[in-house]
Amino acid sequence: MTGAYIDNGYVYAVARIRGAELKLLNQNAMEQLIQAKHATEVLRLLSEKGWGEDGKSTSPEDVLSAEREKTWALVEELVPEKEIFDVFLLPNDYNNLKAAIKESLMEFDYPGIYISEATISPELIRKAVKERNYSALPDSMQEVAREAHEVFLHTGDGQLCDILVDRACLDAVLKAGQESGDEFIAMYAELSVASADIKIAVRAALTGKDREFLKKALAECETLDINALTNAALQGREAICSYLAATDYAEAVEELKKSTTAFERWCDNLVIRRMKQELYNSFGLGPVAAYILARENEIKSVRIILSGKQNGFPEDVIRERVRETYV
Amino acid sequence: MANSGLFWALLGAALSAGLAGAGSAIGVGVAGRAASGVVTQEPNMFSKVLILQLLPGTQGIYGLLIAFITLTQIGIMGGDPNISLVKGLLYFAACIPMAVGGLISGIAQGKCSVAAIGLVAKRPEQFGKAMIFPAMVETYAILALLISILSIFGIVNVPF
Repeated sequence: MTGAYIDNGYVYAVARIRGAELKLLNQNAMEQLIQAKHATEVLRLLSEKGWGEDGKSTSPEDVLSAEREKTWALVEELVPEKEIFDVFLLPNDYNNLKAAIKESLMEFDYPGIYISEATISPELIRKAVKERNYSALPDSMQEVAREAHEVFLHTGDGQLCDILVDRACLDAVLKAGQESGDEFIAMYAELSVASADIKIAVRAALTGKDREFLKKALAECETLDINALTNAALQGREAICSYLAATDYAEAVEELKKSTTAFERWCDNLVIRRMKQELYNSFGLGPVAAYILARENEIKSVRIILSGKQNGFPEDVIRERVRETYV
Repeated sequence: MANSGLFWALLGAALSAGLAGAGSAIGVGVAGRAASGVVTQEPNMFSKVLILQLLPGTQGIYGLLIAFITLTQIGIMGGDPNISLVKGLLYFAACIPMAVGGLISGIAQGKCSVAAIGLVAKRPEQFGKAMIFPAMVETYAILALLISILSIFGIVNVPF
């Protein structure tokens, strides 16, 4: 499987990606957006760069989701074996599952809460949950869908339901990363699971959760010892920091002491720095995967800028939160 | 068995044209895929990427040249096609550098062209530099060509 995917088969795809990379926002363009006076000006600058769809609504959400759709349309065209990129789409599946479970108890329908870029169609999940016919879902999702739905129906505990689904999502991401056979994708999966575990541990320490909770919420991964992390989380934030100092995430301790937002930014920037090697790679899937992530990061940064502008935050506060750019 | 010399010489010529041509076909093919990718995004890059695509094509021409000279020398294109076994084997040996060198350098140059096409897609103003990298690989195809030609012309004077 590995051999077939990293041969010269993606020469055309990588060349297309090289062209598409030219349209990514660089650090200067990002700075220009940060310095814009208000959200409308940000949107105007973005539409000059070809963001959004011509003649369509210019609401921030529509522009961002149009951009995400463009990315996946290009990737689907270039790489027929779309399942290699499941790692990036799986979180959307589980997000849709959470949405479907919550929606099933509401009086009205909320079709707007689903994300359309996912490995299985949101409609399928919605129907399966509504009819409680979980066998329509993929094997890996059936069990968690049934369990989370029952928990939510019986206890109305939305948080517990979310934890169950999130945990299943992390397990699925890690598995998809290992199965992809691509070193870059596997690294991304490992890092996203580890950083999610660290964030959960910190939040659990702050809110005083018990061992039972942590056992449910923390997903196994290679770079973290879940038992040690659980013990540290039970002792508090300081203990988590001193445990992390002995792991691959030692550099992140400083950021974690500042805030979880700073830590999240550190994780994203780490991936971007690793991704930059793919700029010089002419073969294989790495450049395509890196492009998908670069676009996701770009959209994330633009969303931060837009909401910052809408809420009248000063430039410095926004700049601090915006991620490094790929190009 | 009187003409087994001719067989070996012909085999050399065939390999020279065939293998060097195959190297070029692979190289031009892979570079062409990258070039198509770039032109899809930027149609006005056509002429630049076309030149880069064609760079790995020369090995096939060199191979053809060697095959052609060999065929002329052994008399298959007219003349007396009666050569000794030793001479036939010598012609065969003379063709080997071009056959092997052409095959491998064609593939390597193709990969290098792919990278150069990526470079031009990103920085069209660096076209000159982008052309130099694949052109470096050409050196070794020319060296192989040189040895094959010198050998073929030298064989005439061998007293067998």
